Amino acid sequence: MPATITERVRVIAADLFHLAPERITEQSSPELIEAWDSVQHLNLILALESEFKLQFEPEEIDLMKTIGDVSALVTAKVGHRR
Amino acid sequence: MKDAGRKPVPLREQIDRLIAAGSYQAAVCDLADFWRSDPGPAGAAFVNSRFEQMRDKLPLDPWRVAILRSFTVEPLAPLLRAEAFLAGIELAVHVGEFNAWAQELLDPTGAVYRFAPDAVILAVHDCEPGQMRACLDVLRRHSSAHVILHTREAAVVPRRGILDAQIEVSEWAAQQKANAGLRALAREYRGVYVLDYDALAARHGRQGWHDERKWLTARMPISAAHLPDMVREWMRFIHPLAGKVAKAVVVDLDNTLWGGAIGEDGMAGIQLGSEYPGAAYQAVQRALLDFHERGILLAVCSKNNEVDAMEALERHPGMLLKPGHFAALRINWEEKPPNLLEIAAELNISANALAFVDDNPVERRQVRMQLPEVTVVELPQNPMDYAQALRDCPVFERLTLSAEDMQRGRYYADERERRRLEQRTGSLEEFYRSLQQEVEITPMNAMTLGRAAQLTQKTNQFNLTTRRYSEQEMAAISRSPCYRVYVLRVKDRFADNGLVGVAILQCGGEAWEIDTFLISCRVVGRTVETAFLSGLTGQARQAGARKLEGWFLPTAKNAPSKDFYPRHHFQLVETIDKGSRWALDLAIPVACPPWIRLNYAGNHH
Repeated sequence: MPATITERVRVIAADLFHLAPERITEQSSPELIEAWDSVQHLNLILALESEFKLQFEPEEIDLMKTIGDVSALVTAKVGHRR
Repeated sequence: MKDAGRKPVPLREQIDRLIAAGSYQAAVCDLADFWRSDPGPAGAAFVNSRFEQMRDKLPLDPWRVAILRSFTVEPLAPLLRAEAFLAGIELAVHVGEFNAWAQELLDPTGAVYRFAPDAVILAVHDCEPGQMRACLDVLRRHSSAHVILHTREAAVVPRRGILDAQIEVSEWAAQQKANAGLRALAREYRGVYVLDYDALAARHGRQGWHDERKWLTARMPISAAHLPDMVREWMRFIHPLAGKVAKAVVVDLDNTLWGGAIGEDGMAGIQLGSEYPGAAYQAVQRALLDFHERGILLAVCSKNNEVDAMEALERHPGMLLKPGHFAALRINWEEKPPNLLEIAAELNISANALAFVDDNPVERRQVRMQLPEVTVVELPQNPMDYAQALRDCPVFERLTLSAEDMQRGRYYADERERRRLEQRTGSLEEFYRSLQQEVEITPMNAMTLGRAAQLTQKTNQFNLTTRRYSEQEMAAISRSPCYRVYVLRVKDRFADNGLVGVAILQCGGEAWEIDTFLISCRVVGRTVETAFLSGLTGQARQAGARKLEGWFLPTAKNAPSKDFYPRHHFQLVETIDKGSRWALDLAIPVACPPWIRLNYAGNHH
């Protein structure tokens, strides 16, 4: 059974921020996660782009304030592609 | 390569279970599989965190890389560390300030020099050779770090468009000229190597290599999909520089060197030739032949009837490789791990200098688990992709090639002949005499420096102190008035063995000290070490020395040189934790064995 988009986003964030996947919630944000700095934000973008084979526009990257935002954006972009 | 439907969590959990249970080797195997399935930023973070948990339990070699750059490289650093971990290297990475590479190189008190890197990667895509020369001058004066220099890249589309191809003073010509300048520059300095970034981007397709969005927003020119390719290219340099190379590649036969099974399909049935499907296997053989010419030994390990397999090796018209290309053959029904250990012993190299190529994933897994020190080449599903997988494997890369390297395969064939003779010859002395050995000792010079440094890097067994020197360090030693560096050449009735020994003597006053004394395993057991010592003591005595001292520093591998000092009548001075110290009164000459002709050529300095 393939994992859902939300679960895959959570696993990526957990790896990058060195946290257990349970610790990553919809509300997780750079303010709440110490490791989520500008370099890790770029890493997150690159990881999502290679995992989901998509590309973000700079304006979209600015909108990614929480993991919930990220999942919603990825879901929308992947859905749009289909 | 990536499967969107993969289930990442179970493999992660399994790895964590293995680490918790102390099954570190199995965890490393699974981490390698995991990394192959997810070689991006998230995968790298996972791999790195797990290796950090196991760092004390694994034999990792520390190494340091400084990346100086004209673009954003931060996302590449964790990927590089993950690749290095899986190669057995714990890599410390220093990333220079954005676009400050020139200032950083020009300041010998700055952060780069304080970091003391083993290698400096110059990921700079807009410099002129003249500017680079000024920087390399300073670097070479203050550091012996290796340098990996990126070439400049051609534009995806030239600014003048198709007009550029029509005119003489074109953007393309300017880029070619700058790169020719960088290559020439690299050849002028020791330890400066060129990474053809232009060819790298071209190989993967310029258009897809680039990501204009990341370039314009974050000064990151490489697309997410190609970050692993950039890192793998760096690893092709780090492997030979850090000594993580295979000296021999052991190959399976059925479905690896040819299609089908010789025992089942027979000479007429196996697939091997210039037409498909046999062409795929000829491509594998061509890649192996290229390795052979690079000085990498070839060996066979195959579960087969020896008679069937040898008939194919000797007589199949499609074979590019002949029995003479192989330094060792193990064709039997034994398990592969013990056969691999036997091959390593026969070739006089340690198992961590072996690479193993086999189409069967079960055999590969068995070797990965039982002999973790052996490099196992993971072959793709399709035989048409095998040759490329071999050529992509970084343990076969070399940054320099000596005349000895190119001849190495033949030396081993000669050695097999020599051993046959040894069995026929009665007494040991008779055997030594029959070899008709000629030994030549000369001071090291610019021509022999590269090979001498290489020998200090690679020689493990007959090596009294196992001190490793890079070419840059060797050059510095040879310039110092406090040292004399000698090299040894050995010829015999079969072949010119080339440069096979190095000695570094610290001189001055009445007591000289042996800093380094080593003999390549190719000529060990033939008394040339006594001839070498005889020549060296003669030189030292002539220069006024009364005493020759030296350390024996034991390692896991240098037992063959353990009795060198007592055998040559050195007196034990002291024994401490790191080893034992010996001294020889030079009043008594060391005799050269009567069966060796000793020549000394050239003056020092």
